[in-house]
Amino acid sequence: MAKQSSVTSISIGVGLATGLYGISFGALSVAAGLDIWQTQVLSLLMFSGGSQFAFVGVIAAAGGAGVGTAGVGAAIISAWLLGIRNGFYAVRLAPILNRVGLGKLVPAMLTIDESTAVSTSQAEHENQVRGFWLTGAAVFVFWNLMTLAGAILGDALGDPSKWGLDAAAAAAFLGLLWPRLKERQAVAVAAAALIIATAATPFLSAGVPVLLAGVAAVAVGLFNWFANKSENGTGANA
Amino acid sequence: MSLWLGILLASAAVYSWKILGFMVPSSVLQHPTISRIANLLTVALLSALLGVQGLTGGGEIHFDARIPALGVAAILLYFRAPFVVMVAASALVAALLRLFFGG
Repeated sequence: MAKQSSVTSISIGVGLATGLYGISFGALSVAAGLDIWQTQVLSLLMFSGGSQFAFVGVIAAAGGAGVGTAGVGAAIISAWLLGIRNGFYAVRLAPILNRVGLGKLVPAMLTIDESTAVSTSQAEHENQVRGFWLTGAAVFVFWNLMTLAGAILGDALGDPSKWGLDAAAAAAFLGLLWPRLKERQAVAVAAAALIIATAATPFLSAGVPVLLAGVAAVAVGLFNWFANKSENGTGANA
Repeated sequence: MSLWLGILLASAAVYSWKILGFMVPSSVLQHPTISRIANLLTVALLSALLGVQGLTGGGEIHFDARIPALGVAAILLYFRAPFVVMVAASALVAALLRLFFGG
């Protein structure tokens, strides 16, 4: 029982903390040119922070509310590619949750960084299942409520750059990137991607520089460039 | 394409990874090259978005109050400040710099 209640409190705590940064998503999405409804639907249906920030970031760069088809297309591809890690989480969660057929639809929706982290950090199977559902549900509720609060706030603020919301959007990407910079290869790819996307911006239509940086990352991953020596060894054997 | 249609398509596209992970045999996605590419792709896209959002404006390279704001964000991240505090602090720094120095 004690362990069950500790999973419950971890799940709700993670839900609250994650929900809080839903405020920044809501405000930044409205600053990017989406309306309150569009912002809310992103949190309800896309429900993956990195992909949501990417989508509105590309829309903002491509002209905001008056964005053209090319800009929307680039935003869709950016959000899609950033969602790839959720597929890997789902692979780890599938044997824990053990769902069949249509029973996979709802857990797939709740498969995100936080629900995976809480679930897979539990020792006992019962708590792994409980942690997934409670964290997924808590994040979903708080993320959506706080998105609405942030969108209303952003709408009331008006001019985004006067309030530093453009800097806040950049800081949000830095915050999402930061915990992923532990290995040399990741740092090298991050530096190259930042330079490529920034330098290509004057020459390519909005959103495309981001995808170009993604192509560079695929090349580095495919050939395992910049890897540490020990990683190189495993890579050659695999 | 309208923004609304884009929102629905992008949401479906993001969901496609999630449901795919529940459907495919785990061996497919557990290949080291595939998981390495996925990790690096995530890093590259976030870093590219950081560059575009922090260092460009109106389709040009443009340096302004966002850079010191990002410096403050990095310091706060180093000291493990919560995400929302770090984001709010960077907005505050940029807003104050613009208030006092313009631009």
